[in-house]
Amino acid sequence: MAADVRPLLQVEDLKIQFRVPDGILPAVDGIGYRLDRGETLGLVGESGSGKSVSSLALLRLLESPPAEIRSGRVLFQGRDLLQVPEREISDLRGRSISMIFQEPMTSLNPVMTVGFQIDEALMRHFGWPRREARQRSLELLTLVGIPSPQRNIDSYPHELSGGMRQRVMIALALSCEPKILVADEPTTALDVTIQAQILELMVGLQEKFGTSILLITHDLAVIAETAHRVAVMYAGRIVEAAPVATIFGEPRHPYTQGLLNSIPRIHRERLDALAEIAGGVPDLTRLPPGCAFAPRCPRADAHCRRERPEPMTVGSDHVVSCWKASDA
Amino acid sequence: MTKINIIATATEADGGVAARHHGFIRMVLRRFLRHRLAVAGAVVVVLLCASALFANLLAPHDPTFLDTRHRFLAPFQDMGFLLGTDELGRDTLSRLLYGGRVSLAVGLVAMLTTIVSGLLIGLTAGYYGGWIDDLLMRFVDTMLCFPQVFLLLVVAAFVPPTLISISLIIGLTSWMEVARIVRGEMLYLKEQDFVQAARALGAGGARIMFRELLPNAIAPVLVAATLKVATAVLMESYISYLGYGIQPPLASWGNMLTNAQGYFDTVPYLAILPGALITLAVMSFNFLGDGLRDALDPRLKMD
Ligand SMILES: Nc1ncnc2c1ncn2[C@@H]1O[C@H](COP(=O)(O)OP(=O)(O)OP(=O)(O)O)[C@@H](O)[C@H]1O
Ligand SMILES: [Mg+2]
Repeated sequence: MAADVRPLLQVEDLKIQFRVPDGILPAVDGIGYRLDRGETLGLVGESGSGKSVSSLALLRLLESPPAEIRSGRVLFQGRDLLQVPEREISDLRGRSISMIFQEPMTSLNPVMTVGFQIDEALMRHFGWPRREARQRSLELLTLVGIPSPQRNIDSYPHELSGGMRQRVMIALALSCEPKILVADEPTTALDVTIQAQILELMVGLQEKFGTSILLITHDLAVIAETAHRVAVMYAGRIVEAAPVATIFGEPRHPYTQGLLNSIPRIHRERLDALAEIAGGVPDLTRLPPGCAFAPRCPRADAHCRRERPEPMTVGSDHVVSCWKASDA
Repeated sequence: MTKINIIATATEADGGVAARHHGFIRMVLRRFLRHRLAVAGAVVVVLLCASALFANLLAPHDPTFLDTRHRFLAPFQDMGFLLGTDELGRDTLSRLLYGGRVSLAVGLVAMLTTIVSGLLIGLTAGYYGGWIDDLLMRFVDTMLCFPQVFLLLVVAAFVPPTLISISLIIGLTSWMEVARIVRGEMLYLKEQDFVQAARALGAGGARIMFRELLPNAIAPVLVAATLKVATAVLMESYISYLGYGIQPPLASWGNMLTNAQGYFDTVPYLAILPGALITLAVMSFNFLGDGLRDALDPRLKMD
């Protein structure tokens, strides 16, 4: 697999836990994936499967305590971000790896104009004077399709609609031309027509800048439209990872299959409204010893309940963690 | 199953940017002007400050000049002494003007001291949390255990009373409330998404504290600041009464009031005039603060 180039981002055996009153909550339990240059990796899974926690950990944005990174490496261009000194990591944030979040309504500082916020990021990372930064901010706002950017550069966030604010967030996140954009459900809070526009914008900008995107979503339709490869998370683990065509064409994990089966019926619905897979997300503080999905899995047997399946390669760039995957 | 996310429906088409764009200053001004009492407060504050500032030009007499032929004149009794004279024959109008200069200066310097100390402590406690927060808040609690007047008098006993020393003493014994307000704001603000977003874009601790969070806390701090001018003016008269305030013959509204207490039954206007000015100043600063709070808060709905 991809032996030719060193991947842009390689996550290995990342384990993150929270200390909660009930005990230890292993929110991310040894995940690994890679992100290549210019590609979009879709990270899907039900609510609580650890998508946000694992991606916040990339830039060490988790509050600790309660979060604790137990093990793992986050290799960005070969360098382990988990070991980088604090001062350097804040230089990397926004500059090399950038993030946008689900809530465009609250992700911008309410007391600063949108232009000012972009200026600040540019001035901080590039050391530009305000005038120069302002020029670039204007270009960026134009690029992300803000109407009359000359005027709206001096708008306050509350003066813009949700979709506009998410465009501003994208401009802000891409302002320093990061190598990686982590987008945590960037369209979930927007209505459907606007979702499509925002995704289109992201894809367009990805082509323009060659940015790699880690796209976190509940929505398989979003994945189908934008991702090149997909990693499916369940209860803090990646249960299946493959190119998008493989995931949709020949899914091997029963969980992935369940997710896909639910699409035609409730198109564009959230995975948490999933009807195909009985049961709910397990309590992470009381995970069964074997496969975490076993209690909901139609094909689970005693072996599944006893022993946790390790990731195994079942095809080209196709990895599955399931005892039943090979004999499917 | 676990979390139900309601997909927010946009209320306006995505091309829709807010109808009109307003400059921040204009927006604040427009909102402020709608607040009648605040405008009245602002006008009075400006008038009081101007009269204090130009006391030397406005005052008809030397405020310390003793004219023993004209003692206890009532207001409007003698047009040479428009607001009358006190027991030593000093012109009340001139003393009120110069006294206002002193009282308002004490108010402002004390307020600045309060705000700066309250902000630094509140910001640090709220932003860093943990043991730093515990330590600072216990300090605040300890300070609050003592009545402010007690603190004032203890310090005043060791420090000669000058305008600056009195202002600093008042300021340094009244910042706790501001620290609590700011800390509370920080605790709320630092959990907001935009703080996480700012951090994800590479903003560091101090920058987040001062550039991202502090501007969001400006409204309550401003309100507290205006209130503090008012309470500092009151405090000054309080400690004047106890003999530690601005020392005569230099006039302040506080010591004029104190001075008048011996004659309250016979010549009440000697107390009423400075008393009325203290009340007027206190109220005006409060109204001004209220109006500013409403006008400055961009989280309030736009109209
Ligand atoms: N600060 C925290 N303290 C304790 N537990 C937490 C904390 N943050 C997250 N968790 C837990 O970690 C697990 C993974 O959460 P995470 O937010 O990564 O889920 P997610 O896949 O992003 O879900 P969603 O789709 O709802 O965003 C959840 O069980 C959650 O309850
Ligand atoms: Mg999430």
